[in-house]
Amino acid sequence: MNKLSLIIKREYLAKVRNKSFVVMTFLSPILMVGMVVLITYLAKVNDNEKQIIALLNESDYFSNEFLTTEGTSFIHYHNITLEEAKDSTMHMGYSGLLYIPNEVDLEKVTARSFFYSKDSPSTNLVDRLELVFQERLRQRRLQDLGVSAKQYANMEAAFEMNIASFNGKENVKGVNEIKAFIGGAFGYLIMMFIIIYGGFVMRSVIEEKTSRIIEVIISSVKPFQLMLGKIIGTSLAGITQFVIWVISGGILMLVAFSVLNIELSALSNGAELVSSIHPDVVTPDQSLQLYAQEILDIPWLLLIGFFLVYFVLGYLIYSSIYAAIGAAVDNETDTQQFIFPIIMPLMLAIYVGFFSVFSNPHGPIAVGFSLFPLTSPIVMLMRLPGGVGDGGVPWWQLMTSIFLLMLTFIGIVWVAAKIYRVGILMYGKKPTYKELYKWLKY
Amino acid sequence: MVLKFHKKEMLLKHFYIFGKKAYMNNILVTKEVTKHFGKHIALNNVSLEIPRNSIYGLLGPNGAGKTTLIRIINQITYPDSGKVYFDGKELMPEHIAQIGYLPEERGLYKSMKVGEQALYLAQLKGLSKTEAKKRLKYWFDRFEIGEWWNKKIQELSKGMAQKIQFIVTILHKPKLLIFDEPFSGFDPINANIIKEEIINLKEKGTSIIFSTHRMESVEELCEHIALIHQSEKILDGRLSDIKKEYKNNIYNVGMHTEKGEALLEELSQKFHIISSENNQSEQQLKFEIQLPETDSGEILAYLATKGNLNNFVETIPSANEIFIRTVQSKSINE
Repeated sequence: MNKLSLIIKREYLAKVRNKSFVVMTFLSPILMVGMVVLITYLAKVNDNEKQIIALLNESDYFSNEFLTTEGTSFIHYHNITLEEAKDSTMHMGYSGLLYIPNEVDLEKVTARSFFYSKDSPSTNLVDRLELVFQERLRQRRLQDLGVSAKQYANMEAAFEMNIASFNGKENVKGVNEIKAFIGGAFGYLIMMFIIIYGGFVMRSVIEEKTSRIIEVIISSVKPFQLMLGKIIGTSLAGITQFVIWVISGGILMLVAFSVLNIELSALSNGAELVSSIHPDVVTPDQSLQLYAQEILDIPWLLLIGFFLVYFVLGYLIYSSIYAAIGAAVDNETDTQQFIFPIIMPLMLAIYVGFFSVFSNPHGPIAVGFSLFPLTSPIVMLMRLPGGVGDGGVPWWQLMTSIFLLMLTFIGIVWVAAKIYRVGILMYGKKPTYKELYKWLKY
Repeated sequence: MVLKFHKKEMLLKHFYIFGKKAYMNNILVTKEVTKHFGKHIALNNVSLEIPRNSIYGLLGPNGAGKTTLIRIINQITYPDSGKVYFDGKELMPEHIAQIGYLPEERGLYKSMKVGEQALYLAQLKGLSKTEAKKRLKYWFDRFEIGEWWNKKIQELSKGMAQKIQFIVTILHKPKLLIFDEPFSGFDPINANIIKEEIINLKEKGTSIIFSTHRMESVEELCEHIALIHQSEKILDGRLSDIKKEYKNNIYNVGMHTEKGEALLEELSQKFHIISSENNQSEQQLKFEIQLPETDSGEILAYLATKGNLNNFVETIPSANEIFIRTVQSKSINE
């Protein structure tokens, strides 16, 4: 058997048989799903708590605007003073008291209305109340301008900008975000993979150094072969773990949600608020089809193809740096100083991606970072769901990015292999950056 | 051991550059090997000839450059200049399978099972799995350690792990074996077992390089030595030749005589008496004497007339003495 495949096999088996690896592989999805379920459940419990608000309304401007909804109900007080109302609210243990004074003018009424409560009220509730007041004010002002309440009710208009590219392909608003999110998921996957399995590569190199087997092995194989075998073996173990995670996580998630009867929409109940007040606003259902269409239109084959390219190159670059770090030091505590500079570009890529690429996938920042080799595997993938060529990432950018990535790959692997080759035979004190530079010339 | 080249051979091509004799008799030849690490010179023009089928001691203080030289032979590092010839040909990657190396800094994967690990290392040296298994079984039986096969290295003692390490080093039946401090980590009994195995291997035709700074094992095992000091070879050759060269005609004499005092007096006028001990009551005389090159027979005959000779022995310097003397004189000269 070829030496490289022997090494890959050993590294793979050593990793896969490792007890903590096995435990992590099977425990992580359970923990992850457990967390999601717990959070969802807690959010639901939190929302389900019925809030009772006392309402002392002395004004004629408000009558039945405060409707009891799923989470909140209103108790109306009549003919008592504000102080009595406060006492009563406190005694009854209601969530709060909304006081609307009697004034001639609606503006004054709203200005002098108060919400009293023991604890500071949830923003959700305050938003709700504010919305009622705003609505009333707007109506009133329009009335002053001669618009009747009936006219006003008819006036409410839902509008969404129709977006299309020059070639006439229709888009849905927000689809950029969805696309960037899908790309972001790929980019995030790459980052996590690099950090987790790059760390594994590093630890495995350190283990070979501390167990002193390294010299025995490199008298049989070339250090580069060993390094490469280690990286490939570890990443195959990583891919195995990832696949198990995705499959078991998916199944568990499905089971958990069906058993606990939690709907995924429970996670996003912000929309309900608006639609409960403006029943005629377009529901998301109508555009759902368009979204689905957009997601289907994402060039999946291309995306997955380039994902693999960026994944392989990006991972090899970073994990060979990890291997070099492992070779340079004697124990894991010494690695911190060297790891920080590798994590930096990864974090930068993720943050730049989420903050800049989401809003403007073809802006200068997005372009710059998707060309820069240490960030391109993540940032370019965030841009790619928009397609390549017409309306998407220009081909020249994609090709330049991959070209630069390949150049960097060759350069970094060369440097890392040199440091690795010298480092594995060095014991003793932690080297400085200057010494690492010297090793390149050995 | 300096080879004398015939002029005709010197004119022959590259392949014969060391002469036919060198090619035939030496398993490994290094020719002016130099290696720098940055500004530090690790090896400076080191030329060695390691004969076939013998045990060659590579000696020198710590940091002299022994390990670097061994790593060059194992193609772990490469010389800046100079050449290495293995079995008559320039050293190539495929020679790795014919060299076995037991490094000083050695160990095994701690959490890997003994058998699996031994198989892996043997396969890396180019053995097939079945062949490796067969040979491992032989060695495990020979060392009576068959029951360790499924244990992890971390469950074994250091000495046990060293035995495994020894087996995996020699398993692929290399033409050249390199042992760097092979006895460290062994108790005396096991060290002896290993020593016998090394001699055994030599007798079966393996050439062995034995790097150490423990001189007593050198005396026992090595026929040839080279002394590396401060990156340079300062001495090499057949151990017995070197000893001859380093002996200084000091004789250790013990005799039974009544007139010890007078005899000592008489001898010290002609020769240098290094030390003496005269026991009057027992009439025992012991002394160490420095004699001129060729006179020992005459003196012996003369002494025999003066009393009963118990011993008359030339003190031959130990490898240790030679080592220390050479290194010191080298340091003083600089």
